[in-house]
Amino acid sequence: MVGYLLLALLVMMLIAYSVGASAANKFRQTTGTHVHSLSGYHGWYVAAATGLPALFFLIVWLLFQNTVIDALLLRSLPETTLSDTTNIELLIAEIKSVAAGNIFGEPTDVVRQAAARYNAWQSLAAWSLVVLVLAVALIGLLMARARLAPQFRARNSVEQIMTGLMIGCSLVAIFTTVGIVGSLLFETLLFFEKVSVTEFFTGLNWEPQIPIREGQITAGGAFGAIPVFVGTIVIAVIAMVVAVPIGLFAAIYLSEYASPSFRTVVKPVLEVLAGIPTIVYGFFAVLTVAPALRQFGVAIGFDIAPNSALAAGGVMGIMLIPFISSLSDDALSAVPQSLRDGSYGLGATHGETITRVLLPAALPGIMGGILLAASRAIGETMIVVMAAGIIAKLTANPFEPVTTVTVQIVTLLIGDVEFDNPKTLAAFALGFVLFICTLILNIIALRIVQKYREQYD
Amino acid sequence: MATTDLPRAEAPAGTRVDWHSNATKRRVKRRNWANWRLQFYGLASIGVATLLLCLLFGSLIHTGYVAFFQTKVALKLDLSSDLIDRENLAESNFRKITRNAFKAYFPDVTSPRDTRALMKIMSSGAQYIVRNRVIANPDLVGKTVTMQVPLSDPYDQLYKGVIPLKIDGLGLDRITNFRRLQNRNVVVVENGKSFVKTDVILSEKEVQDGTFNVILNEAFKAFFPRDRSLAYLEILGPDAVDTLKAYVEANPSKIGQTVSLNIPIAPLYDQLQRTGEAKIRNPRFKSDQELAWYGSLKERGLLGTVFAWSLFTNPDSRFPELAGLAGALVGTFLTLMVCFLLSFPLAIGAAIYLEEFAPKNRVSDIIEVNINNLAAVPSVVFGLLGLALFIGTFGLPRSVPLVGGMALSLMTLPTIIVATRAALKSVPPSIREAALGVGASKHQTIMHHVLPLAMPGILTGTIIGLAQALGETAPLLLIGMNAFIPSIQDMGITQPAMALPTQIYTWADSSERGFVSKTSAAILVLLCFLIIMNITAVILRKRFERKW
Repeated sequence: MVGYLLLALLVMMLIAYSVGASAANKFRQTTGTHVHSLSGYHGWYVAAATGLPALFFLIVWLLFQNTVIDALLLRSLPETTLSDTTNIELLIAEIKSVAAGNIFGEPTDVVRQAAARYNAWQSLAAWSLVVLVLAVALIGLLMARARLAPQFRARNSVEQIMTGLMIGCSLVAIFTTVGIVGSLLFETLLFFEKVSVTEFFTGLNWEPQIPIREGQITAGGAFGAIPVFVGTIVIAVIAMVVAVPIGLFAAIYLSEYASPSFRTVVKPVLEVLAGIPTIVYGFFAVLTVAPALRQFGVAIGFDIAPNSALAAGGVMGIMLIPFISSLSDDALSAVPQSLRDGSYGLGATHGETITRVLLPAALPGIMGGILLAASRAIGETMIVVMAAGIIAKLTANPFEPVTTVTVQIVTLLIGDVEFDNPKTLAAFALGFVLFICTLILNIIALRIVQKYREQYD
Repeated sequence: MATTDLPRAEAPAGTRVDWHSNATKRRVKRRNWANWRLQFYGLASIGVATLLLCLLFGSLIHTGYVAFFQTKVALKLDLSSDLIDRENLAESNFRKITRNAFKAYFPDVTSPRDTRALMKIMSSGAQYIVRNRVIANPDLVGKTVTMQVPLSDPYDQLYKGVIPLKIDGLGLDRITNFRRLQNRNVVVVENGKSFVKTDVILSEKEVQDGTFNVILNEAFKAFFPRDRSLAYLEILGPDAVDTLKAYVEANPSKIGQTVSLNIPIAPLYDQLQRTGEAKIRNPRFKSDQELAWYGSLKERGLLGTVFAWSLFTNPDSRFPELAGLAGALVGTFLTLMVCFLLSFPLAIGAAIYLEEFAPKNRVSDIIEVNINNLAAVPSVVFGLLGLALFIGTFGLPRSVPLVGGMALSLMTLPTIIVATRAALKSVPPSIREAALGVGASKHQTIMHHVLPLAMPGILTGTIIGLAQALGETAPLLLIGMNAFIPSIQDMGITQPAMALPTQIYTWADSSERGFVSKTSAAILVLLCFLIIMNITAVILRKRFERKW
C-alpha cells in the first residue's frame, strides 16, 4: 500500500516537473520577455512543492498511525474487560491476531468486535492516508504552479529548498543524540521509580530475573549493579593489558624502525584486525581461545572456567590492538622532526630518542588513543555476549566467569519485551550508564588529542 | 629528569673523555643493546598480532570448510507407484516414497522399531528435497530415478571425519588407577581375559552374609590405601562376585583363610589391558546396529560428499544438515538496502551543508561535536534507541529489516559524513572558482562540478560504512532480528527477517555439533562479503583517485 502510494507520489512529481518546465517554456515562447530562471528550475520548484510536503505528511502519519489506533482500541474496550484482564498487552495482541485472521481457540465477543473495529480503523486509516497524501500533493502542485511567472526566481527558491533539506540532514545527528538521551533517560527514570537509585549504584546483588507471569518461580529480583560494573572493568582491564603493550610496541616499530616497504605490508594486516566484525571474535573466543585456555589450565593443574573473563578479555584485546597501534602511530609521526634531530645531535641512540624524547612528546596522543580504546572495550558487546558469563558474580579473579553491562543489556532484552517490566527497564538504565561513561571517556580523549595537536601545529 | 644511562660528563670540564676505556665501551654496548631490545619488542608485537590473525582465520577455515560439503546417499526412487498423485503433486506421499527407497537397501529390516532406527541415518528433510525436485520436473513422474539426499547430521559429520566413531571410555584418573595395578604386576591375562591377581580374606562373617562384594572391596582397597573416591572399584568386573562365590562353593575349606585369586575385571579395563586403549562407541550414535547399517551403505559406495549448494539456497532449519543461509542473506540485503537508502542521501546532505554552507557558529559546532560523538557511541546503544523509539514509541513491527536498517543507518551516518567531507575538501578551489567565474551560483557549482568530482571518494566511504554495518550484530539482536525464519517466501522490509550476523549468533548458540562448522562457514561467507566490499572500495579509490 505504502509502496504504491510512494510510486503514485513519484509519478505526480514527474507530472509536476513537466508542468513547471512547460509553463516556463511557454513564458519564453509567448511573452518573449526575459525569464529569470531556466525552465528546469521551474519544473524542480513545482515538483518539490508537490512531493516534499506530501512525503513529510506521509512519514509523520505512518510513524504515529499504529500508536494512535492502539490508543483508540484501548479506549474503545469496555471498562469490565480492562479491569478483569491483568495483561492488557496480551489482550491487544489477541485482538490483533484475530483481526489478522489467525483465530486460535474461541475468542470472546468483546475480542471479535474489537478486532472488527480494529480492521475497520486500519482500512479507514489506509484510505484516508492515500486521499490526504494525494490531496496535499495536488494542493502543492496547484499552489506552486500559480506562483510561476516569467520574473519568478525559481532557481533561488529551489536552492533555498535544497539548503533547507541539507540543514535538515545535518540536524539528524542532533535528533539522534537527543533521541538516544531522551529514550534512555525516560526508561531509566521509569526504572528508578521501581528500584531505588542507591540500590542500583551500591547494591552487591544482581538477579534481574523476576517473575513475568503469575506462578513463575524465579529469584526475587535484585538490582544492585556493582557486580556488573566490576565485571565490565575486569574484562576491559584484561583487554587493555593485552592490547596496550602489543599495540604500542607495534606502533613504535612501524613508525620509527620499519622500512617503508615493511610498513606497506604490515599496516594493512593490522587494519584487517580492525575490520573483522566483533561477532567473529566472539566465536573465535568460544571456539578456540576458551578451550585452549582450559586445556592449559588442566595441564598445569589449575581450574579455568570455560567462560572465564580471561578468554573474553584477551580476545577483546586482540580486537583493540589496531586501535592503539594506529592512534599511537599517528601520535609518534606527528612529533616534529626537529625533536628527533636534536636528540640525535646530542648523541642519543635511536632507542633512547624514542623512549626519552618521542614517547614523552607523543604521550598525550597515546593516552587519547588508550582512552578511546578503553571506551570501545566497555561498550563492546558481541565478544562478551558470546564468551563471558551471564551470572553476575562479584569477583576480580580473571579465571572465573564475570558478566558485563552489555551482556546484561542483551540478555535482558532478547525475547519478548514489555516496557512496564523492571527487568526491561533495568537494561535501559544500564544502557544509560554505558552511554554516559563512553561519552565522558570520548570527550576527555578528544580533548587531550586536540590540545596536544595544537601544541605542535 | 634523571638520565642515568645517558653519557654524562663524568670528567670535570676541560679534561678529555676517554672513548676507548672499558667503561665507555661497556656503556655504549649497553645502550645499543637497549636499542636492539626495543626493536625486538616491536617486531615481536607485530609478529604476535599477525600470528593471532592467522590463528583466527586458520581455526575458522579449519572448522568451517567441511560445512561446504554435504554427505549424500543415492536413492533409487520409484515415482511410478500410486503413491504419486498426478493431479496434485505437492500432496503426494513423498515421505513413504523416500522411506521405501531407503529401506530397499536393507530388505532384512522389518520391525517398526528397527525401521525407525534405520531412518535416523537419513535426513528427515529428504522427503521435501525429493518433493521439490519432482515438482520442478514433473516429467520424472512414472520413472525410476536416482536422487541424492543428505544424511542426518551425526552420519554426515562421521563421513566427513569431523567426529570420531569411537571415543575414549576412561578418563585420565581412571587410567592412572589402572596403571598402578599394572605397575604392581598384578594384572594377568589368561585365555584372552584379564584378571587382577589379589589376596582376598574369606572372612567367615561375610561369606555367611553373602556380601562377597565387601570382601572384594576390602581386597582392592589394599592397592589404593589413600584413595577416598572409591573410583578404583569400577575396575572390578561384573562377574567378579560370581567368580568369588563359585570359588568359595568349590573350596569350603578355605573359609576364614587368605587366598590368592584371579578376579575378573570390567570390560573397558580388560580392553585397556589387552589393546592398550579403552574405546567406546561415540554416544552420538544410538546403537552398533545403526553404525553397521551406515557401514554397509558406505561399503556399497552409495555415500559421497558433494558441494553443499544448500548452504546458500536453503533457509534456516533446526536440523544442521538442512540449515542454509538463504534467509539470512536476503534479510541482510534488505537491511543494508534500507540502511543505504536512508544514510546515503542524509549523509551527503549533511556533509555538503557542513563543509560548504554552514556558517562558523555555535550551532554548526554542536552539530560537528554530535557527529563525532555518534561515531563513538557503542553499537548496543543504537539497538536500545531502535527498541525504545522505533518499536516502542512509533509502533513499528519487531524483527523487521526496516527497523534494522534505520538503526544501522544512524551508525553508518558519521562514517559517510566524514568521508564525504574529506572528498569535498579534496576538490581543488580552482574548480570552484572557474565555475563561479562563468556565472554559476554556489549551488550550481557544488551540484554540477564539485559533487561529481568528489563522488568516488564518497562512494568509497559509503562502501566502507556499509561493510561496517554488515558485520554489526548487537543492534539487530536487540530489535529482534534473530527470529527463526524457516521460509524465504514473502520476505520484505516489513516482514520478520534474520541477518547474516544474527544468524551466526543463533547458530553459535545451538547445541548440535553440526552447527559449529555451519557457524564457521557462515562467518567465512560474511568475511568474504566484507573482503569483496573492501576490495571494491580500494579499487574505486585507486581507479578514480585524482591528484590535483
